[in-house]
Formats: sequence, structure tokens, C-alpha cells
Amino acid sequence: MPEQRVVDADYLLLEAPRERKFITGAQAMAEAVKRANVDIAIAYPITPQSEVMHLVGDLWAQGYLKDYYRAEEEYGAMSAIAGAVRGGARAFSATSGPGLLRGIEAIASWPGHRIPAVLGVLTRVVNAPLSIQPDNVEIAYLLNCGMVVLHAENQQDVFDFTLASFVISEKVDVYIPVAVCTEGFFVTHAKGYVNMTPEDMKLPPRDPYKAPVPPTDCEIPPARIQRDAPVQKSNFMSYLIHAVWQQEVWSSNIRAMKYIYKYLGGPIEVVNPDAEVFVVASGCAAAQGREAVRYAQMEGLNVGLVKVKSIRPFPEKEIREALSKAKAVIVPEHNIVGWLAREVKAVLPNNDRVIGGPRVYGGMTLPVELIMEKVYDAFGIKKQKKVVV
Amino acid sequence: MSMEVVPGPAGYIPTPPAFEGVELPPPGKALLYGKIVDEETAMREAAKAMLTRRNPTIFPGPLVLWGWNASAMEKAKAVLELAMEIPNCRIIPMPDYRPKYPKIDPEAEINPNHPNLTILHNKIEAAIFVGIHCHYANLSLRMIRAGTNCFTIALCAEMGHEDAMVSLRDQHAEEIRRFRDVLVQVREELGIKWEPKLPPENPSLPPENYETLSVVDYGEYSYLLIPRRGEHITESE
Repeated sequence: MPEQRVVDADYLLLEAPRERKFITGAQAMAEAVKRANVDIAIAYPITPQSEVMHLVGDLWAQGYLKDYYRAEEEYGAMSAIAGAVRGGARAFSATSGPGLLRGIEAIASWPGHRIPAVLGVLTRVVNAPLSIQPDNVEIAYLLNCGMVVLHAENQQDVFDFTLASFVISEKVDVYIPVAVCTEGFFVTHAKGYVNMTPEDMKLPPRDPYKAPVPPTDCEIPPARIQRDAPVQKSNFMSYLIHAVWQQEVWSSNIRAMKYIYKYLGGPIEVVNPDAEVFVVASGCAAAQGREAVRYAQMEGLNVGLVKVKSIRPFPEKEIREALSKAKAVIVPEHNIVGWLAREVKAVLPNNDRVIGGPRVYGGMTLPVELIMEKVYDAFGIKKQKKVVV
Repeated sequence: MSMEVVPGPAGYIPTPPAFEGVELPPPGKALLYGKIVDEETAMREAAKAMLTRRNPTIFPGPLVLWGWNASAMEKAKAVLELAMEIPNCRIIPMPDYRPKYPKIDPEAEINPNHPNLTILHNKIEAAIFVGIHCHYANLSLRMIRAGTNCFTIALCAEMGHEDAMVSLRDQHAEEIRRFRDVLVQVREELGIKWEPKLPPENPSLPPENYETLSVVDYGEYSYLLIPRRGEHITESE
């Protein structure tokens, strides 16, 4: 293990020299953990997350982490992360599909406990028939937990988002967990070029005194409330405290936006801002949307892309501005429910211009041709279908 | 256009200013009614509120009350020096964040679970929050805005609070003393005569004498202290 020196977070994230490597998404996430001065990682194996946590376990063996263990199952892993963070540690875990759902009761309690942990979500199918194939329907379940949810398009995003997440989640005005999601296999098991910060530099250690709540204390809420669950409705707790507590979690989520601007260049990326028709996509679908923009340019069609990096906080204002003049908005997704299309429809005026699709799921890839079909429809172009026998 | 954060009552379930576009101030700046202004401007408005509104009160939290390091002790001194310059100012502590059984004593302390009761009981119309962990300060300030007409001022050691009418950030002993100086200046401008003196005694609960505590005093928690029948505790930390 090379000796790592602590450098300022802003320097590491924004100014430090970068070296280009050709690595998988799983490696990119582990490389970010290597530079994040993480104290403890806890996980329970599930495909396709296992690759990430194997690599993080290897980091522990090399001395980059103080502790690492395999929990009894996901609920245990996510609960133990909460305990470690309340005790002052910087913690990381990753999960996938059904594992996420098994741990989600604990995960959903993290923001209310003001737990600044980072969770890698390497997505996969959760519906029956059970499968390990890539699909991002599980992100739909994360959206209302209160945590910050980022969606990485490629290996570079995985590295950048993961490293920045440790800094964002520990800002005292945020102090809630961050999920870094990306599609399993398509990103986790495929290689791409990643510009990485030097491996002999790491973030400053977590300062637990910069916390909006005191360290673990079973006498104060929310630990007290959870211990004495029926007491929540008794005479000593007002209902308003529960209401403002939830408001506080979502206020913290909103406050994360300024750091998303600072460290990730903003919650969206806009390609060809003067386009008539836009593809709005996150994660892997954004990569295919980028290809659709290239195809469209070759065919002389004015198509743009809005890549959504931050799903929570959702960039309502930014999306409204970027799409203010769009005639049609195409939202391709890697899931059957169309959670992103719903989000986009909810923030746009005249939302009948939003085309929810194309959608692929169950591990199917998203061919650019499917997006182009929607593009032709939006422009009113009729293409003759060629049948190849 | 962001929300204007003014004294309440804001109503049944108040909207957090963060939802309505109010952002915390950058270093060196402050929030006044939800707008980012110079520190001096915010300090003067805060001073005016503490000098002219009814029953001005300072609510110090654990980060001031607990002498957990030298800086906290110095900050506590500065808070006391500030209180001495505010005519008829009271100090009501927020010593911790526990829910209280069977009910709080609103004259002895303020509790984040129902801070509005303390404000209403004492008819407090101007209050300073200092040394309270940010999460609990945010909860309390919002509940006070919901149900009372109190003008709230946050002297925050970190980044500030959107729910206070005046929010000053990065406030430690030195900055609190600067606020005190501004307050004295505003007091003189307003023609208010006042000789610095200590706030009145807080009618807190009498200090506990741990030597006379018995298991019974722990009420419903006594079972946690009494070993179960047949249980022998052979070692402890």
C-alpha cells in the first residue's frame, strides 16, 4: 500500500492531477473508496455488487480501511453502518436489487438519524422471475427515503460521484447519506476510461464533531423514539416534532444541491441546448441518449440531451429551464415503471410533450435505434421498416 | 423569489424556508428574514429585536452549557457577557434533547420536542439560540415560527439556520463579543439606559444529589438497574 497523504477535499476533487486508467465500474468505485479515507465497510454479497465489495475487502487487506466485515445479511449490514457512523466513523457499503430492498428499512432510517454514509447501488432486476440482470427499477424505491441519490452514466461518473459523495454527505448542512447508483454489469463489469486522482492522496478524516446531532446517545431522539416506539404517541412527544423532523431531512436534501454544483458541475448536463427535441436520461440510458444525439446530428435533426446526474435532490428548476422550448421530451429508461419519466412529467408545464420511453428491462440493452424511433415520431418522420429475413 | 422568513405564527405545519428557495449564507454573510445580508446589518436588526421586544431570552444549548473544551467554556462566558448587556434578559437552557417525563417545566428549560410551549408560557418575543446542535436548532426554530410570534436569532457555530429571522454563522466567543458590542451601540442609539448586570437566576430544578438516589428514583427504568432473579453479574466495564 502506498503511503497516502491527506489533502484538502476541494483540492482532491477539483484540482489534483488525474491519471487515466482503463478499468471496470466496480474498480472505479473501489478506487474512489481507496481515496476516501474510509474507516469501515460492511457488506453482504449479492450480484452484481459483490465485485465492488470484494475489491473494497482487498483494500482493507492492504490497510486502506480500518475495518471490514461481511454482515449476517443486508438488514444487518445497513444497521451496522448506521451504528458505525453514529459512533464517528466514515462508512461505505454497496448493494444490489433484492439486497437493497432487504436493507431498505434500515437505509430509509439513515437520513432521519442524520447518517452521512455512502451507499453504492449497483442495480439489478428485483421483480420475479428473479434475475441478476441489469435494470434500475430499484432506484424507484430509494427516491422517497430522504437520501441524496446520484445516478452515474459510466465508469468515470462512478469514480467522481463516489469520491464526492463522502464530502457532500458530511457537510454539516447536509449530513444525510448519499446513494451512488449505476447499472450493474453494463457499468460495473465493463471497462471504460477513468481519470483518477493520485492514489497517494486521500480525503481528510471525518470530523464527527461537525455533526448536527450529538454522537450516539440512546436517551435522545431518534434512538429514544425507536427504543420506546409506542411512546411516540404519548404525551411527551408532540406530533409537530415528527413533522418538522421529516422536513429537516428534506431540507438537508435540498441543501446538497449547492455541493452537487460545486463538485459535480451541477445536477444536469445539457448537450445541444437549442434543440427542438430532447432526450432526458440518467445512468446508462444517458450514454445511449448521447449516441442518439450523434445519430440525429448525422441525419440533420436538432436533438439535444439532458443528462440527469442527481435524482435527489431532483433538479426541478434546471430541467424546467433546459426544456422550456422543447417540443418533445423523450425519456428512455432501464426499467418498466418509468420512474424518471414520472419525475420529469411532474416538474414540466405542458407535460403531454413528455414521451415516457423507450423502456427496456430484465437485462435487455437499450439500442439507440429504439430512441431514434421516438425521435422520428417526435419530428413526424415516417421511416420505412426494413425486414431482414 | 425566495420566501421571507418573518415571526409567526406561521400555522399548523410551517413550510421550511429551504423548500422555498432560502439558502444558507456564505462565510462572512448572514441571513436576515431569509435574505443574505452583511453580518453587521443582521447583527443590528437582531440587537434591535432583543432590545425592543418583550421578554428577550437567550437559549444556550449543550455546546455552550457543557464545558467539554476550552473553546466552549470561553463561548459560555461570551454568552453571559452578551446577556448582561440586554435589559431584563433571561437565560433558559436547552441542556439536552431528551423528551421529558411526564412534562417539561417551561420556566426551567426549553426542550426541542415542544419549544413553543416555553416561548408561549413565558411570553417571549425575542430569543437567541446558541450552542445547540444544528438539527435540533432547526427543529426548534421551525416549531417556534409555527406557533408563536417570537423573533428568533441563531448564533450558529456552523453554517446557520434558515428558520431564524436572523441567522449568523461561524459564531464563536470572539464573534459573540462582536455582536455584544454592536448591541451596546444599538442600545445607545435607541437611548435605552442600562447598567450591565447578570440575568436573574433560572428557577431550574434543584441539583440532584446522587448520593441519596435510590433505584426507585429511576421510575419505569428501575428494572434496567435491578438484576433479574438468578442473574449474577460477574464483570462490568
